[in-house]
Amino acid sequence: MIWGVLQFPGSCDERDALLACERAGHRARLVWHESRDLDGLDGIVVPGGFSYGDYLRAGAIARFSPAMEAVAEMAGGGAPVLGICNGFQVLCEAGLLPGALLRNAELRFICRQVDIVDERSGERLSIPMKHGEGRYYAPEEMLDELEARGQVAYRYAEGHNSNGSVRDIAGVRNEAGNVLGLMPHPEHAVDPLTGSTDGLRVFAAVAQGAFANHGSTKAPGE
Amino acid sequence: MTVGAPKHRELGLTDHEYELIVEKLGREPGDVELAMFSLLWSEHCAYKHSRKLLRQLPTEGERVVMGPGENAGAVDVGNGYAVAFKVESHNHPSAVEPFEGAATGVGGILRDVFAIGARPIAILDSLRFGELDSVRSRHLLDGAVRGIGHYGNSIGVPTVGGEIYFEEPYEHNCLVNAMCLGLARTSEMVRAAAAGVGNAVVLMGASTGRDGIGGASVLASAELGEGDEAKRPTVQIGDPFEESKLLECCLELLGKGLLVSLQDLGAAGLTSSAGEMASAGGLGIDLDVARVPLREADMEPFEIMVSESQERMLAVVEPARVEEVRAICEKWQTGCAEIGAVTDSGLVRVLRGEDVCGEMPVEALVDGCPLYDLEPAEPEDWTYGNRRTLAVGAAPEEELLALLGSPNVASKRWAFEQYDSLVGSRTVRRPGQADAAVLQLPETGGAVAVSIDGNGRRVACDPYAGTIEAVLECTQNLACVGAEPLGLTNCLNFGNPEKPLGAWQLDRSVSGLADACRALGVPVVGGNVSLYNEGPDGPIYPTPVVAMVGELPDPAAVPGLGFGREGETIAILGPFEPNLAGSELAKARGELALGLPQPDVPAVAAACERVREAVRAGALACAHDVSDGGLACALAEAAIAGGVGCQVDLHPLRERGCTPEEALFGEGPGGFLLSGERATLEGLGATVIGLVGGEAVEIGAGDRSLRLDLAAAERAWRSLEERAEAVE
Repeated sequence: MIWGVLQFPGSCDERDALLACERAGHRARLVWHESRDLDGLDGIVVPGGFSYGDYLRAGAIARFSPAMEAVAEMAGGGAPVLGICNGFQVLCEAGLLPGALLRNAELRFICRQVDIVDERSGERLSIPMKHGEGRYYAPEEMLDELEARGQVAYRYAEGHNSNGSVRDIAGVRNEAGNVLGLMPHPEHAVDPLTGSTDGLRVFAAVAQGAFANHGSTKAPGE
Repeated sequence: MTVGAPKHRELGLTDHEYELIVEKLGREPGDVELAMFSLLWSEHCAYKHSRKLLRQLPTEGERVVMGPGENAGAVDVGNGYAVAFKVESHNHPSAVEPFEGAATGVGGILRDVFAIGARPIAILDSLRFGELDSVRSRHLLDGAVRGIGHYGNSIGVPTVGGEIYFEEPYEHNCLVNAMCLGLARTSEMVRAAAAGVGNAVVLMGASTGRDGIGGASVLASAELGEGDEAKRPTVQIGDPFEESKLLECCLELLGKGLLVSLQDLGAAGLTSSAGEMASAGGLGIDLDVARVPLREADMEPFEIMVSESQERMLAVVEPARVEEVRAICEKWQTGCAEIGAVTDSGLVRVLRGEDVCGEMPVEALVDGCPLYDLEPAEPEDWTYGNRRTLAVGAAPEEELLALLGSPNVASKRWAFEQYDSLVGSRTVRRPGQADAAVLQLPETGGAVAVSIDGNGRRVACDPYAGTIEAVLECTQNLACVGAEPLGLTNCLNFGNPEKPLGAWQLDRSVSGLADACRALGVPVVGGNVSLYNEGPDGPIYPTPVVAMVGELPDPAAVPGLGFGREGETIAILGPFEPNLAGSELAKARGELALGLPQPDVPAVAAACERVREAVRAGALACAHDVSDGGLACALAEAAIAGGVGCQVDLHPLRERGCTPEEALFGEGPGGFLLSGERATLEGLGATVIGLVGGEAVEIGAGDRSLRLDLAAAERAWRSLEERAEAVE
């Protein structure tokens, strides 16, 4: 598995994402935002940060970059795409994922270790969040549809929804299941020395297409 | 001879200094020249009241790669790498406009670090505000924390630590000191000295506007007072996105060996960066202001030369490589303009096309400012106020709750959660997890630890002893994570040095700093001085902020600052002689006065070494230094962090002659609180005082014995958020 990690001016966590891909047992290289060349890559990470300064609106400019156009094409072909934090915002802006990310309910940036729950397995992961605009939002009808189709990938555990996300949603996937976006940072949970290693499971799940196979069935035990 | 007197005085120059400029030039200075002299001869740039004192600081050491005089100091961390670090103040801009003031403080210190070729890997900050019951203080706190977060988070450098104190004397003049650490390959580091006659001088980054004009002289080198609103335009506006591009661009240029030297544009803008580059290289520089990209077309040459627009760097480039530099700047979508050349004239010449707007000997401009001797006078009595907030005869439980809830002791989680402390994947200990921040360096296989400290109230009680204590506190914090000091930097925040009190505080404090560093064998690799921190009510507490960087071999061995598990033994170690002088309790009782006990530096150093070795051996569950609020607060903090209570008895301290109150709440250097196996602790020579367990903090201290439920202690300790966000 070789990941491409997009690098926009203003990206912050791209080196962390590279490192995380390697810790997950994969290979990875950076993809410059002006490049459409994704040859030889099996999957894409759109990393965290403040692409193009997050001017206008978080992710709003990055979606128009040549690299993102190529990523949209690759995603259409079924390749795994993981958007983290600002990457999640970019994927929502690009229409590859449903919904939008709004300013945190408390109107402050929050950096905190939180627990999220994998909707498929009920597994609890300890992963840090760090963002000022991470409150997931979608209209009620859309949320009902997302839930019905099993597109909610991760929810904040009880008491861990620090940003006011609707229905505690921390991450969603597209209908096909190959594109996943989440606000918490799995790439910052890959080393016992710096916190936890639960983020490795997110990388593994996306790489294995675990969300694609999941369909609309609910995980056992729910 | 005082021709044109009003103008030079407006710019902050004395009549004597003006006469000296005329003498050095052999004529009256023109407008551009006068503006440039006024900035480079300001306190902020010339250190004219502190330079003589600073000469006593020890600056040499085996591990020093770069010392004072460069954009940042640096120490060798092995395997061909160096860690660069520096602290700088942005006090007056933050007092006028806290968000932008603090944000650009962070932006400025980052540039200092990447200017020498180091990638910034961590930010810390040291903040001081008035008491939290003041609306103004809450406004300044909120703005400064948001500003630091905005800049650091956006540029992708983690904010890993810091400290905040709240004291009345900072009401009008808050302090915002920002620190940055960077990591560099030693072979790729550059100095700021201009070199190579005929080389191009290239201005990179943002365009130049009218923001921040006169910041160094108007804001940074005079007292704050009425009408500061009008100074808003002298505060710079930051753009972290611009800096993020500039940072990556500069590191790529340096990595490719395309720059001869590099210097950031900070206070006094082009004037100081060009002047200092020329001075360090012993050469001259010609600059053509007509080639500087401007935000407003009608800017005057003097405005261009003194603008403090942010996110700009000045580089010296060989003419043949200018096009390569330009191409990389274009890649990073950042500005690049060849605005001048290195000359052998020994002059800084400011041109506008063919016109010469200014021509000054570098030596006069940069090093010609007279240095002043201080006229210190020791005060006879405590000159700051006293305000009682804790009733006489309060029960010891009430006292402990009051201290845990006092904003100086309470958890600063509300602030540090607004900072990204993780980006970069180096953060082994996050804010609040240990006494010092710990950053792993996969490049060397080891880790560095960093601590920033300075208790102004204690320095006000005794500038000499208080400053030694700040250095010792850093050393102790490093010991708690197993780190040995490599180097130290500082930011000296003081009042007006032209007044006897300010002069005395500065003089004694620098002596304390020098003596402590010499005794510990820790070199001072850089520093910053911020004077004239006074408001209408008087000077701030004298506040030397000390930052120390140390190394540790194995970050996995670092203990926490919380108790581990039930049944663990608790002990104290070190030459701790708690005293109420200058303590949080003395403050709460309104009993502050001059005088502190004199610290025994070698004894503290020996204790640090024992703790350091035990930590490195992985022998301790908890290591925490005893600091604000004394041992009772340290015990409560360790219990809260570990989620488990403790039962201790402080009779060993009473045997050292302490009263029960001093044993509980007395402060002073040299105290460590440890937990672990009894045999290990006894083997270290620590004094056992009790056991971990239960759901309360129980402390035996004679007639002041106390028992406080852990939940109540935690509520008080976590009360900062409520207070910080209080609305009136």
